[in-house]
Amino acid sequence: MAEGRAREPGPKVAPEVLRAVLHGIGATALLGVLIVVGSRNLSHFDAALVAYTFSILFATFGLTYRYSMWLARPPTAVYWRRGWQAFFRRGFRVRNAVSWCSRMASDVLANRFILRRGRLRGLTHLLIMWGCVLAVAITFPLVFGWLHFRPVPGDLSLYEAMVFGFPAFRFPHDSLVAFLLFHGLVWSAFLVIAGVMLALRRRIREEGAVALQRFAEDFMPLILLFAVSLTGLMLTASYTWLRGYGFSFIAILHAVTVIGTFLWLPFGKFFHIFQRPAQLGAGFFKDVGRAHESAECRRCGHAFTSRMHVEDLIEVERKLGFRYQMPDSPVEHYQWICPPCRRASFALAQGLAWHGRRGGEPLDSRGERPPAPQFVNRGIGAGPLDTEDSENYHP
Amino acid sequence: MPVPERFEFFIDASRCIGCQSCVQACAECDTHKGQSMIQLDYLDRQHSTQTLPVVCMHCDSPTCAEVCPADAIKRTEDGVVQTARKPRCIACNNCVLACPFGVPKMNTRMNLMMKCDMCYDRTSVGLKPMCASVCPSQALAFGTREEMARLRPRAKPVNSFVFGAQLIRTKVNVMVPDDARKEVVDVTAAMFEPAIGHDVLDDVFEGGDA
Repeated sequence: MAEGRAREPGPKVAPEVLRAVLHGIGATALLGVLIVVGSRNLSHFDAALVAYTFSILFATFGLTYRYSMWLARPPTAVYWRRGWQAFFRRGFRVRNAVSWCSRMASDVLANRFILRRGRLRGLTHLLIMWGCVLAVAITFPLVFGWLHFRPVPGDLSLYEAMVFGFPAFRFPHDSLVAFLLFHGLVWSAFLVIAGVMLALRRRIREEGAVALQRFAEDFMPLILLFAVSLTGLMLTASYTWLRGYGFSFIAILHAVTVIGTFLWLPFGKFFHIFQRPAQLGAGFFKDVGRAHESAECRRCGHAFTSRMHVEDLIEVERKLGFRYQMPDSPVEHYQWICPPCRRASFALAQGLAWHGRRGGEPLDSRGERPPAPQFVNRGIGAGPLDTEDSENYHP
Repeated sequence: MPVPERFEFFIDASRCIGCQSCVQACAECDTHKGQSMIQLDYLDRQHSTQTLPVVCMHCDSPTCAEVCPADAIKRTEDGVVQTARKPRCIACNNCVLACPFGVPKMNTRMNLMMKCDMCYDRTSVGLKPMCASVCPSQALAFGTREEMARLRPRAKPVNSFVFGAQLIRTKVNVMVPDDARKEVVDVTAAMFEPAIGHDVLDDVFEGGDA
């Protein structure tokens, strides 16, 4: 009988760690090359921003390392592979590409699934997410030397945006476009601060959130985002209305907050930014499962999920060291039992322990198979939560 | 704040009277407002009124957390396996299918697995979970081992379960007779056994005089 999980002793430096370090070095080196090339051999690189550049390079290493380690986990490795297989399945590529665009727009860009969790919660996430996206879209190309602005030679009333050293577009320096462009980070700070305030409000007022939240996981990211936005706004206030009062100090303070945030990216809640797109792969995996053979519960005989999903889970559990196999039973592996029959087996086992102590006799179910358990209350919020639960738990 | 160590959860499914108080009370919990995480099933609706309430058993080595590709399920230091962390859960359904007790639920619209977290908002401050506080037959009970020993002298708690070749230990206990020889409940061995109970049709067809 195996308790917990059986793990084999491995080498001192696990191969996945070595692989993750190499991936990290590779991604960081690639970004370094792109910075050199994109800034035309650093000729457009702003030396004042060098600390930001190096912090992004470090974050790139950390993120790639953590992503690689995450992909090395047995369940993640299986679904990463399965997700791509499902996406590139022959005969479905065009449909999958269309579906990808639709899911990307609905889930990632519009945060519809978060809005369904709560409108205010969705709005909070939209404000923070779009504020950060806007800020990253502006600052990263500037920090890498991929984007810079210059006065147009011969006409000093015009400004020209240079992307990778090529002229992209021109605009008058006293126009509304210039005002909106040059204050892009101010608008992003407004969005982020509004979002952070709403998030803090929820974390202070909601009893459920209060019970579950952790400082490092839930408050630290909000504090960092607020600090970055506030010090950024202080810079604008300093040079716009205070003739640059305290500018150098605020600039250093801002750099510290930004660099701290970058360094925090691989470790805490921010990692979900890079992890979350896996949701799209899970969607394609389920699509393939629905189009193929179902798994039938080997107790009640009802279909409950895709055969592929059950077989993948058996493989994942084996790799993790779980031993749910049932070699002397026609079931073969506990994974072939649907969730309701698992609950029934659990109750049957406890009931059998009391046989002869509390009265009652074994009930003859008069069927070839044991009956499938049924929900006592299938009402909203009491039974299956959605269509997928209905499939998992079947009628 | 962690759940105080002296308080434990005790399940005795054969005491369940199917009143659904737990189902309704569960939906009042602040960590999953409006949605009940209790799984309350009829075991054999045609022949028996027996109902079985199942809450998360909070395994020591939770299969749901281990098979989660997004690393979204965490077990806190007090042994409570928390529901999926909302930013991480990718709604892949692995945990729902892998849980040996059939506990988690999948909220597809929200792209989120949801499950019992032992009413963490209440238990972490020393209160009983919603289900245990309203259960009239105390099929779901929460308290100290001493209290349970006093209230149910003919029963003892067990928290080891066998599934095939796998032994799973849990934070939540089930009640078995005090003279039960085995300290483990073999779940898979009972899978095809008939339920123990009183047939609901006995009185109709065998009562004669009625």
